[in-house]
Amino acid sequence: MKQTFCIGRTGAAALVISALMVGLSLSVVGGGASGAASKSPITIGVSISETGDFSPDGAADMNAYSLWAQLVNDSGGILGHKVQMKFVNDASSTSQVVTNYTTLLSKDHVNFVFGPFSSLLTIPASEIAARYGYAFVEPSGGSQAVFNRGLKNVFEAEPQAGYQDMLSFGDWVLGLPKSERPKTAAYATEDDPFIGPEVAALQAKFEAAGIKTVYNKTYPIELPSYAPIALGVAQSKAQVVVLGTNLPDATAFTQTFIQQKYNPLAIDYASGPDQGTPWVKAVGAKNVAGTTVPLGWLPTLSTYQNKAFVAAYVKKYGGNAAAMSTDAGEAYSVGQVMAQAITAAGSLSNTKVIAELHKLTFKTVQGSFAFNKQGIPNGHVVLGQWVNGSLQIIYPPAVATVKALFPKPAWGTK
Amino acid sequence: MNGGLLLGASVLGLLLGGIYGLMASGLALTFGVMRVINVGHSALVIAGAYMSYELFAHLHIDPFVSLVITMPVMFLIGMGLEMAFLQHLREDREQFSVLVTWAIALGVEGVLGYFCGTDLVQISTNYANSSFSIGGVQIVYIYLYGFLLGALLMGLLALLLRRTTFGWSLRATVLNRQAAQLIGIDVAKVSAIAFGIAAAMAAAGGALYGMLNTFNPGSWYDLIGDLLIIIVLGGFSSVRGAFIASLVVIMFQEILSVIISPTWADWSFFMLLAIVLIVRPSGFFGVKTREA
Repeated sequence: MKQTFCIGRTGAAALVISALMVGLSLSVVGGGASGAASKSPITIGVSISETGDFSPDGAADMNAYSLWAQLVNDSGGILGHKVQMKFVNDASSTSQVVTNYTTLLSKDHVNFVFGPFSSLLTIPASEIAARYGYAFVEPSGGSQAVFNRGLKNVFEAEPQAGYQDMLSFGDWVLGLPKSERPKTAAYATEDDPFIGPEVAALQAKFEAAGIKTVYNKTYPIELPSYAPIALGVAQSKAQVVVLGTNLPDATAFTQTFIQQKYNPLAIDYASGPDQGTPWVKAVGAKNVAGTTVPLGWLPTLSTYQNKAFVAAYVKKYGGNAAAMSTDAGEAYSVGQVMAQAITAAGSLSNTKVIAELHKLTFKTVQGSFAFNKQGIPNGHVVLGQWVNGSLQIIYPPAVATVKALFPKPAWGTK
Repeated sequence: MNGGLLLGASVLGLLLGGIYGLMASGLALTFGVMRVINVGHSALVIAGAYMSYELFAHLHIDPFVSLVITMPVMFLIGMGLEMAFLQHLREDREQFSVLVTWAIALGVEGVLGYFCGTDLVQISTNYANSSFSIGGVQIVYIYLYGFLLGALLMGLLALLLRRTTFGWSLRATVLNRQAAQLIGIDVAKVSAIAFGIAAAMAAAGGALYGMLNTFNPGSWYDLIGDLLIIIVLGGFSSVRGAFIASLVVIMFQEILSVIISPTWADWSFFMLLAIVLIVRPSGFFGVKTREA
């Protein structure tokens, strides 16, 4: 009996579609330069604080993210795909940041997202990303509240979790010869979920080492004046001052100390002196010497691709390396981490990328680090101090670029 | 409690209160004359701060001196904004004005951000950190100069309101807009000039704000809440009330900050607001208006 094979119209159509799909797959697998050109771009969505309280940090983040995308594209993209950034403004608002990430994920269907500035915005934003199964690598959300919610998709792209940042100052002070070590300390901090725990951790360390607390105040971020609190610190005559500040209140405290003619032996800020030129302009070049701040990144670090990053940043945005905000280095690291994770995963699947984020050690402009199960990085920040008109590393000794100024020079000493 | 600290905070609160009074005066004026709740007033303060900053940074003109430039410029800008956006509001002025002035503030923020960037800046004069001591209390020159400038401008504004024909027209408009119109006062013109004056006062307040604080185009969000509370306590439309309320409010806040805590100071401040509104809903110096 003669057997005939009849596939019918439906079967023929299926064969044609299958053939097309195989052809398409082969062209993708073929890769190479011509493959890259034909591949769709990887879209990456970010909510940026272009306006509102975090706008200076937001601007630095956006610059660094844009530059990272440009440099990645110049070198052929990731897995042969070009990178395309999509920025949306959250006005530093926790409700707007939720709206933004929901839109990016549910309507724009971006391939990946990067984090916004601050723990305040990272906490709600990362929950949206977790709901959609997206990796959430972020530049500066370092409070404990970011990591203790059981999320598996959040990773802070800094050498050390932010809430531990100020401990490097404690290590430096307690490493001083006993005869020189300060005996009293004053603490003043913003009522902020990120900064408050940093200061509290340092205070506990100092008190355990016998440094007596003579002043301790927490204040709301938006006050008509920070001067009364600064006045209280000055009148306490504490030998060491620890301030949980950002640039505006760091400036106000410093100015009040100068006006009150109060000069402690050492003074550490959560943030302020790390802002480069804005810090110098705000308090005056003659008043920056001896101010200290924890640093995850510096333009002078000899870390992975840092030199090229700094040069490209200055070329693209003008100014000079010393004027660069640490936010820029932190945001650039987000891109580096994600690029390495996507490349290792060999896929644009967020599930596979998250798995790689938990496994790999990443090389960034801030140094190398890996993440634990909670997404907390395992590296160490350094302690920076303004010495001879530039921000230098003074601790730990192995990476120090200059001898620390102790006691702090008088205000008005360049 | 350290007596020196209390005295220092009191002096600081008094001087700072004068500066906030200057900033709030324009807000009280626009509400009184135009029934406009100008939530964008603090954006005009920040615009004034930027004008002073740019003149200081690029032409090295002292912020107190540059007021002769910034105040007239802001006066004209204020008049222009009023004629373009507010004069057309005929009904429910209080409600709609909130939306319109909010939009104006966002526009001002956008323009400032575009031309000046979003970095925090401060007007850092060479006398910014200078102070002198009286009875163990350090008096900072900028605070003192700011207070004196505030008192001077408030005095001039009071003279304008009480001793000139324009002032009478303006006060008549405050009491009853429609009746003022009926007796031949050009309410539209008075409103435009009043908004211009408010903007000029904002320019002066902005110069002082910029010398005492770091700021960027978004700083108006932080400021508007304080200014609104001051004019509510002062009696909405009373310029004198705004000045005195700001002295009381800021001193109260500064003293509580040092004797209890800054967080409690904030809380107590709103309690004070609630108590005043219950006991005297028209504020310290509320003007009784007559509706036609």
